Amino acid sequence: MEGLLDFLKPPVAGLQDFYILSGRALRNLFRGPHYADDIFIQMDAIGVGSLWIVILTGFFSGVVITMQMSRALAQYGATGQVGQIVAITLVRELGPVLTALLVAGRNASGIASELGSMKVTEQIDAMRALGTDPIQKLVTPRMIATCVMLPLLTIVADFVGLLGGYVIAYFSIGLPSSQYWTNAYQALQYNDIVQGLLKPFVFAFIISLVGCFYGLRTSGGTQGVGLATTKAVVVSSIWVFVVTSMLTRIFVNLN
Amino acid sequence: MTSAASNTAATESLLRFDTVSLNFDETVALDSVSFEMCAGETRVVLGAAGSGKTTLLKIAIGLIRPDSGRVYLFDQEITGLKEAQLFDIRSKVGVLFQEGGLFDSITIAENVAYPLLNSRTHAVPLDEVEPKVREALRFVELEQTMEQFPAELSGGMRRRVGIARAVVSEPPLVLYDSPTAGLDPITATTIMALIAKERDSQDIANLIVTQRYQDGQLMANFRYNRTSGHLEPASSNGGAAGHGSDPARTVFMVMKEGRVVFEGTQHELEASQDAYIQKFVPKYS
Repeated sequence: MEGLLDFLKPPVAGLQDFYILSGRALRNLFRGPHYADDIFIQMDAIGVGSLWIVILTGFFSGVVITMQMSRALAQYGATGQVGQIVAITLVRELGPVLTALLVAGRNASGIASELGSMKVTEQIDAMRALGTDPIQKLVTPRMIATCVMLPLLTIVADFVGLLGGYVIAYFSIGLPSSQYWTNAYQALQYNDIVQGLLKPFVFAFIISLVGCFYGLRTSGGTQGVGLATTKAVVVSSIWVFVVTSMLTRIFVNLN
Repeated sequence: MTSAASNTAATESLLRFDTVSLNFDETVALDSVSFEMCAGETRVVLGAAGSGKTTLLKIAIGLIRPDSGRVYLFDQEITGLKEAQLFDIRSKVGVLFQEGGLFDSITIAENVAYPLLNSRTHAVPLDEVEPKVREALRFVELEQTMEQFPAELSGGMRRRVGIARAVVSEPPLVLYDSPTAGLDPITATTIMALIAKERDSQDIANLIVTQRYQDGQLMANFRYNRTSGHLEPASSNGGAAGHGSDPARTVFMVMKEGRVVFEGTQHELEASQDAYIQKFVPKYS
């Protein structure tokens, strides 16, 4: 019994710390001082910095879905419906999740290693000693920036993905442009757009806060920074999958 | 009479520990540590690595909370305060961290300006920031590095910038965490001379945590002469230059495994027969 308690204590305590950090980061939204400069720097790093890789990934996922699906649909003679499938898979699921995973890999790691290095070189302590709240100065700007940029990146990924699908549909399958685009456009309902934008918004909280959490918990020098970075990516990626399953379950039932 | 009067004025308590204890998991970091620091006092804390020196310093400004006991900073108990309330009190304390603790993503000038721009209580008008930063950097003789980044400077220079940042807002109390750790003897002496110079130009109270006895010895026996601009042996100006010149105002404290095992003057320290304490006092032939 005692052994079980000792086994369970660290994860529960960790989760509690995570909630405390998240609560403080959220509360700081309504409290001064606000560091606008830091928010813009982070928006640039997270949003603009991830743009190319998101475009590339989005494009090729559209290409791949179209190629795979056109073959499957050909059995039913429904190759013409491929636009619909690309639109629904991308907007509902793959756009948000792929973008979130890319940003988790790029930025949760970046955030964790940056904050982790600051932690081990006593910069976080120095910040507190000099009268600045590290959560206000470091965590909240990263959270705001991710929450603004991730939905935007997702929109870009969705659109570029549809474009990638179109390239295959038009040049390889030989569908007329209007058929592909009308089909894709009409497939999307209000519900799809809402979940397609709500998901990246929720993922943004997970990615930024998990990154900050492991960064600020770093201990044990350079090795600790590496460990924190790895944990941030792994944990935020897992939570992206868990949360997308839960949200999908809710939205599927709504219809 | 005058000395008695100045003594009463100087007994204003800056920092007081009352049976403070802290454990990190199973290891004892601090074991009922009690002491009191008064205005104008220099306190040198000696101890082996892991004896709780840095922990003591971090508890003093509320960066770490003790498990039990009370800490008073400027006669105000800080043990139960929330982080937000601590920010105001901390702005009256300068801190030099072990490796300088400089923010490596901003320039030297921005680092030194940080306490001025981010203090909630002593907001400094923007046009006064630049001259103050320049003055603080001139004090540590690094005025030319203003636009450089911390990574471009040597370890000793970073430490000097750290001192400039710690004292730029002219706090009445400055804490130094191992100011000379990892530096060569010559640079170490330069750093300690700067700290002594800062103390004697502003009558600042210092808490210096160090492994090097020479650091404390320099603080206890040398005074910065404002007129000549040099460090001089303390006896030569006969105690006429204010608080800093009274050798009794330098207190030594030795820590071992989280406990204070010695508190007293340099003379008492050198006379101690304790084997652990003697390790810190070099024997002169």
